[in-house]
Amino acid sequence: MITAGIDIGAKTVKVVVLKDGKVAGKAIDLSGFDQRGTSDRLFRKALAEAGADIKDVRMIVATGAGKGEFPHANDPVTEVTADARGANVIHPKGRTVISVGAEEGRAIRTDAQGRVVDFAVNEKCAAGAGAFTESMARALELKVEDLGPLSLQSTNAVPMNAQCAVFAESEVVSLVHAGTSKQDISRAIHDAIASRISSMARRISVENDVVLIGGVAKNKGFVESLKRDLATEVFVPQDPEFISALGAAHIAFEKASKQGGN
Amino acid sequence: MANKYPTEPLKVWDKAKKLRQDYYDNFIHAREKGGLRWAGGAWAFDAVPYGLGDDVYPLTGEPYGASTAFNGEFSLKCLEATENAGYARDLCSYMRNYWGSILLDKFTFGGEFPKPDFMWQAHICCSHAKWYQVARELEGGKIPYYCVDVAVGPYDTMDENKVNYIVGQLSDGIDWLEKVTGRTYDDNKLIEAVKNETTAMSTWAEICSLNKNVPAPLDEKTMYSLYVFGVLMKSNRKVGELYKELLAEVKDRVKRGIAAVPNEQCRVMTDTQPPWAFLDVFRYMEKFGCVSVGSLYTYGLTGMWEIKPDGQWGPKTTPMARGVPMRNREEALRALVEWNLAKPEWQHFYDPALKTEMMVRIAKQWKLNGVILHYNRGCEGLSLGIAENRLGIMKAGFPVMTFEGNMGDGREFDKARTMSRIDSFMETLGMKKLES
Repeated sequence: MITAGIDIGAKTVKVVVLKDGKVAGKAIDLSGFDQRGTSDRLFRKALAEAGADIKDVRMIVATGAGKGEFPHANDPVTEVTADARGANVIHPKGRTVISVGAEEGRAIRTDAQGRVVDFAVNEKCAAGAGAFTESMARALELKVEDLGPLSLQSTNAVPMNAQCAVFAESEVVSLVHAGTSKQDISRAIHDAIASRISSMARRISVENDVVLIGGVAKNKGFVESLKRDLATEVFVPQDPEFISALGAAHIAFEKASKQGGN
Repeated sequence: MANKYPTEPLKVWDKAKKLRQDYYDNFIHAREKGGLRWAGGAWAFDAVPYGLGDDVYPLTGEPYGASTAFNGEFSLKCLEATENAGYARDLCSYMRNYWGSILLDKFTFGGEFPKPDFMWQAHICCSHAKWYQVARELEGGKIPYYCVDVAVGPYDTMDENKVNYIVGQLSDGIDWLEKVTGRTYDDNKLIEAVKNETTAMSTWAEICSLNKNVPAPLDEKTMYSLYVFGVLMKSNRKVGELYKELLAEVKDRVKRGIAAVPNEQCRVMTDTQPPWAFLDVFRYMEKFGCVSVGSLYTYGLTGMWEIKPDGQWGPKTTPMARGVPMRNREEALRALVEWNLAKPEWQHFYDPALKTEMMVRIAKQWKLNGVILHYNRGCEGLSLGIAENRLGIMKAGFPVMTFEGNMGDGREFDKARTMSRIDSFMETLGMKKLES
């Protein structure tokens, strides 16, 4: 049975295709201006990787900020539910899911079945999301993917007080002028965002295991900062940016299974 | 999709709309008929100025700030005017809308901002303590201003000295009112106003109690348009009369099974003032068959409550029904003070635990599935302790969703994100959007 999940995020679109509940195809690309076109293209790409045809697909569940943009979807599901389900599939012992994407940070407490018990989402602010690190990388004239490795070389914890991306950029500029190394500034940036995310997670009570998903989870510097702040281990799955789409795909699989047939 | 329950509009609706329109018209045109205008907070002891005559009309600041917020375009001008005058953006947003109206000399309901003849206020929160002091300065500094200090603690710590402290200030205030208006004070009108106020507030609580029924006969968005009379002119006889009529109608709705939301399948309450420019969020919740049956805010600001022998929260027995004497000024003021200090919304200025207890009571007795809390950046007073309330409500077993916003400053509310959050919350409650 072929089912699929699609996560149409603020920055990227992710598709996961399942064959009998196992991952058979995946695709990811920037959302761009034509989210609908991008989604369609990626969906077909993931299907091709799975060796399946669109007519074979029993159920598609869409999630993400642009979930309404995909006309083939049978059902939408919220990002919170998709994150929780996906994290449960990949790490069943997880009870706290922290999801940090381009525009939104979420903390979700789940039960053993991956059902949502409580959740918190960052407010009208970029300081708890990937956009924050991108903005800071620009201020440091670095590629965003270099920020993580650089911060791991830091030797000094430099406090950065700003909770706002705009003011944080000013603070980064001040640190540059004060002669602070790029390594230490990089760490300060990750510590700042980790502090923001941790305080949001504490609102829903952090319970182990903690699973970190979303594109920002690929940033090792941020992961280290988050571990320090939460004072606990953080499980980062392979391809963390796909977990929400994976959750949507599993929800589709469960729905299709309930309906019966192959 | 067929409706689960029948529904119909409220019959008192037109009367309520006219009463509200008359309230603002009367204030605007008061002087044309030789009357007086007074301005002050909705928490002020508004029964007292009624003793000056039937042609003395109030303008309460918070409902004015809310009505201004509802008009997003004008509100933005008011907020910017206030900020341009040097006042901080994180002050009470009702107050900023109000001050902005004075600065622009524009009234939300049309024309120039009508200047009051005197200001009559109570220090219920830190903003209220300064609101009319600044308003007076913005109006030129000559409008007489009287403010009552009410910082005497929660009702369960009340004693004779505390009541006397406020009664004494009100008594002095009456002398002051006579002096600044040149009118002779009529104690009989005061006594009548106190009776009107206690009747109206007890009746409103009885109306809210009927929302314990499933389906709920009223939804909170509608209740906002009705509870407001308790913050506009609760001592006016017409408010008590309207509420009596509404009570009879709501009882009839319950009897006939008339629902506010015809597909009710999920019941929640909210908290504090909503973001007034975005009340369509409530209609969005209805797509899930979710009805907000009210809040401590709508129940406890206009309504007065007591625990009944069966443990249920019900309308507070009026001083008249309890045989409290009101034969003279002193007795009427005492009854007024004791009544107001028991107001539910007054209590949690002192301790969030008191608010949590009341909210959990509502959650249980009104049979709620969940609670939606507004981290309201626009009101320091009523937002105090909401994070603690959340923990207490969750401990009692009710799922809670929070969102950030501002009752009177639309710039601080993200509608799309809030709707997305409602989607997630509904999903966790097991609710799906209903087919239309």
